[in-house]
Amino acid sequence: MSAHTSSSEITFHPEHTGGTKRIWKIFWVLSVLTIIELGLGYFLYAQHGHLGYSSVLATKIVIVLLTLAKAYYIVSVFMHLGDEIRNFIMTIVVPLILFVWFIIAFLADGNSWKNMRNTDAGSRLNKTEKIVPAATEKGAKD
Amino acid sequence: MSTTAIPAGTKWWNGGRSPFNASYGKVMMWYFLMSDAFTFGAFLISYGTIRFSVNDWADPNKVFNSFPFAGHANLPLAFVSLMTFILIFSSVTMVLAVHEGHNMNRKGVEKYMILTIIGGLAFLSCQAWEWTHLLTGEHVALLSDGTLSAIPTTVKANPWGTDLPHDAMLAALQKTPHDQLVKIAGTLHHGAAGAAHTGAELSNAELISQISASGLHATHSGPIAFGGYFFGITGFHGFHVFSGVVINIVMYFKTKLGHFDQRGHYEMIEKAGLYWHFVDLVWVFVFLCFYLV
Repeated sequence: MSAHTSSSEITFHPEHTGGTKRIWKIFWVLSVLTIIELGLGYFLYAQHGHLGYSSVLATKIVIVLLTLAKAYYIVSVFMHLGDEIRNFIMTIVVPLILFVWFIIAFLADGNSWKNMRNTDAGSRLNKTEKIVPAATEKGAKD
Repeated sequence: MSTTAIPAGTKWWNGGRSPFNASYGKVMMWYFLMSDAFTFGAFLISYGTIRFSVNDWADPNKVFNSFPFAGHANLPLAFVSLMTFILIFSSVTMVLAVHEGHNMNRKGVEKYMILTIIGGLAFLSCQAWEWTHLLTGEHVALLSDGTLSAIPTTVKANPWGTDLPHDAMLAALQKTPHDQLVKIAGTLHHGAAGAAHTGAELSNAELISQISASGLHATHSGPIAFGGYFFGITGFHGFHVFSGVVINIVMYFKTKLGHFDQRGHYEMIEKAGLYWHFVDLVWVFVFLCFYLV
């Protein structure tokens, strides 16, 4: 290693060995993951209307998982968080667990809101998933 | 994963050193990015909540199906893939700049910072094209007053609702005022010479028969919140990219002036790099939420 006189706060310097090989490896990993995501996105587009609800949902879950994998590689390798010491990593990662509640609670809320509107807050059956806007009904009758 | 060699039994919390083995500036950059992640997360979750609360949402494959200089070709996912790869590649050049900084190689840092800045500007140009395309590209949609109109994608309205059945379209055409009929007829001859003054002299009945014979594809007007969320979130992200480019330009000149060589380390490049990678990280999620699913 060349002279690396950094801040006095730092006791041990990370050894950036292995040159740029790891960086290019992660570049290809990110590219391949993105291409798979695009392939699945194109699959959803090409099969639009031919897929059942659960197949669409499963495909979208796979896309989300691939996105999380990309996020992991960017943060861990490109941002070198994986090279920091464990205590520091935890102060960043642990607060992010709040997102688990955040996403589940709010998407469930949105979904509940939709059901309430479609059924007039439970006072009638939800006969159609798609509600025709009032303006169209008026237009169609004329 | 860790490449830092730390002897066992090191007492981190006895004072005299950073317990996180990182400088104050770097630690604070991480905490800033964490708070920014919550800001973006809140925006995207709010978008998700609204999207889950309505029966129909805009289909990204219809909204984002254009490519510069490709005319009206239907190319879903193509342009956004280009934008994604531009940003991934500029992330790679940034991490290579950080790597050269560790080796105290000023020329290398300069080269990769320039490439990163070019990548950022290319991404911003793509976004400018996409916004312009959406804000000016008009499609025929049914308005809430029961008339048809050719409207672009704005924060107030958009034409990305569900398909309008043919008979409903014919009924709506009867109520559509003359100037809108002329405008809609104009969109049918898009690109034809002299299209601008076609139809103004025709009567409503003539225009309606011309439009209905053309096999015009009309839609319901789309979910109102779509434009606000799209322009709001991609705009907030684009502003981050813009400020990242400005920071990178400052870092480039500081490198060129030898400030980091005098200081003895290139940690500022690392901190700018953290911000730049974060911008790429956010795009990964914007790409997911707006374009892929």
